[in-house]
Amino acid sequence: MTSTTPLQDSVAIEAGHGPAGEGHGDFRLFGLATFLVADGMTFAGFFAAYLTFRAVNPLPEGGIYELELLLPTINTVVLIISSFTFHRAGKECRAGQLGASRLWLAITGGLGAIFLAGQMVEYFNLPFSLTDNLFASTFYALTGFHGLHVTLGVICIAIVALQTRPGGRISASDHFGLEAAELYWHFVDGIWVVLYGILYLL
Amino acid sequence: MTLANPSDFDGNLQPQGWLRYLSFSLDHKVIGLQYLVCGFIFYLIGGALAGVIRTELISPISDFVSRETYNEVLTLHGTVMIFLWIVPVVNGAFGNYLIPFYVGARDMAFPRLNAVAFWLIPPAGILLISSYFIAGAAAQSGWTAYPPLSLTTPAAGQVVWILSVLLLGGSSIFGGINFIATILKLRRPGLKLMMLPMYCWAMLGTSILVVLSTPVLAGTLILLSFDIIAHTGFFNPTMGGNVVVYQHLFWFYSHPAVYIMVLPAFGLVSEILPIHARKPLFGYTTMVYSIMAIVFLGLIVWAHHMFTSGTPPWMRLFFTIATSFIAVPTGIKFFNWLATLWGGKIALNSAMLFSCAFIVNFVFGGITGVALAQVPFDIHVHDTYFVVGHFHYIVYGGTVFVIFGSLYHWHPKFTGRLLNEDLGRLHFLLTFVGFNLCFAPQHWLGLNGMPRRVAEYDPAFTTLNQVSSVGALLMAISTLPLLINVVVTAINGKEAGDNPWNALTSEWLTSSPPPVENWHGEAPLVTEPYGYGQHPEEKA
Repeated sequence: MTSTTPLQDSVAIEAGHGPAGEGHGDFRLFGLATFLVADGMTFAGFFAAYLTFRAVNPLPEGGIYELELLLPTINTVVLIISSFTFHRAGKECRAGQLGASRLWLAITGGLGAIFLAGQMVEYFNLPFSLTDNLFASTFYALTGFHGLHVTLGVICIAIVALQTRPGGRISASDHFGLEAAELYWHFVDGIWVVLYGILYLL
Repeated sequence: MTLANPSDFDGNLQPQGWLRYLSFSLDHKVIGLQYLVCGFIFYLIGGALAGVIRTELISPISDFVSRETYNEVLTLHGTVMIFLWIVPVVNGAFGNYLIPFYVGARDMAFPRLNAVAFWLIPPAGILLISSYFIAGAAAQSGWTAYPPLSLTTPAAGQVVWILSVLLLGGSSIFGGINFIATILKLRRPGLKLMMLPMYCWAMLGTSILVVLSTPVLAGTLILLSFDIIAHTGFFNPTMGGNVVVYQHLFWFYSHPAVYIMVLPAFGLVSEILPIHARKPLFGYTTMVYSIMAIVFLGLIVWAHHMFTSGTPPWMRLFFTIATSFIAVPTGIKFFNWLATLWGGKIALNSAMLFSCAFIVNFVFGGITGVALAQVPFDIHVHDTYFVVGHFHYIVYGGTVFVIFGSLYHWHPKFTGRLLNEDLGRLHFLLTFVGFNLCFAPQHWLGLNGMPRRVAEYDPAFTTLNQVSSVGALLMAISTLPLLINVVVTAINGKEAGDNPWNALTSEWLTSSPPPVENWHGEAPLVTEPYGYGQHPEEKA
């Protein structure tokens, strides 16, 4: 056989072109990365809108930009640590230590949940609500859209953790789900760092 | 493993016969034709809406439909034609059908995602059109949905419009990811990037634009829906919001959207011209670089739509210069097409007629485009019919002509039968005359100050508007020979054979229609897709 690679045949098979039984090609991670570029552009649009609002549109009387810094800073640290714990989970998985990998995944998911809880506490203690002024609206839109991503990430981590159990879909040699979730999680963390910088520190 | 005996797999699990076109098929050829037929149905709907517009504009007073209905009709016309006809067909239909052939693969990189991307389109289209009935009023703020207008028109229709466009944007992004992965990752061994047919390059560039710009529109529309539903004030000036930010974000997508509509047409025409002129495509390398230059420049010119939105002088200067620069790569492509035709053995069949007419129409639309990039001129004709005329010369005279040409060119591959040439030439004649009669007068109307998006106008503009409406009538009639042609060909068409055009690209190196796994056996390695006129028997 010279004309087709196993990669192409596996695609052909998935599309119903041939016998079943072949695995996937390895360009799914590439597809996910492309999607994350698109997702990142959504955030870039939001960031650009926010920065322009901030530069051009003055707040009405009584509106403030200053936010309580302690909780979001703790949240930032939590999220950054969770990136490292996820990285560790991936390393353990590739080394065949699925039990250890599952433990690190649980820690990562826990840290994600802590982040979401912290976000909720912050929401309840803010001095403004969604429609108070332009900054308030933008704040909720940005953090809310990011929070949605974290929620999705925590769900993915839970699924991946379950799949690392004995007999699950993930093994040392076949662990696309884990790698995809890891890439996505690093992306969500990276977005948060930018968001923290322009929303809280600026 | 090898597909040693592909005929073993012909009886696969997918539905067979015409029913598979209504199924969640994962075959890229089925999905491509699903896009094509679905898009054409929406073309007829969008065309009927255009018919309402042109009927209303026969007389200077508002007499055919109410003003609100007129606004709904023009909003639906723009949205249907852009998001449900041109983008799905020129990308989704021909892209899905041809790209796997061109890269020597048996399907797209993500067949399931591909099917999902298609099946988002019919519900989104039905949702959009049904907003007139379910919400009592369809969106009325044009395809641009500029706030504050979109915040003051009936909210339900506008929200349904946003939802529909979000679904279509999602479909477009999924498609773009699939094309990028297929072109970059799924090429058969030995096929280098610079051996790919030009349509692959065009789709790669288009998909990069889709992935980078569509999400920005999605985010913007989400913010707009917050303004409508939750009464936030992002784009509401009375609440301290900023309408110009909407315009920037909207055009950051919608200017590249013009290239998303027209770059694939550049690619398709680059496939058709060499085959029917029996000459290699002139300047392959410069074609590739000019596509990439258009992609890059296309992302940094959006504010030329906003010269009257209070943009500061430095911004006007930058965007005027950047926009004018696009004429350079576009001009390179134009001269390359002419050089491809020069001295060729041209077979002036329907596919070629539409493709050559594309060159004529597009150069006219391109010249008015450069004129519009100049601030003093733009301020004079902003929001007039000049812009409407220019835009239709690009998307109809450019892209839709290429879609029709491609239909005549690839129909034998799709079905195994050649479309009737006499009906095809009649279709071309009616379309070409009707199109120019409809849209050329709009440039005069615009220069004389007739604003766009109005149901009533100064009686001085009556004659030119009536000429334009006659052109629209001819365009409506022109779809009849096409429809008759497709039906007649299906019943009693001439057998095409595998390769009726003696083409070299790999979709022709298989049976018509192709088998499920694309080739009977190994995928061919086409290193010179445009090597026409190189063989001794062809020289004469």
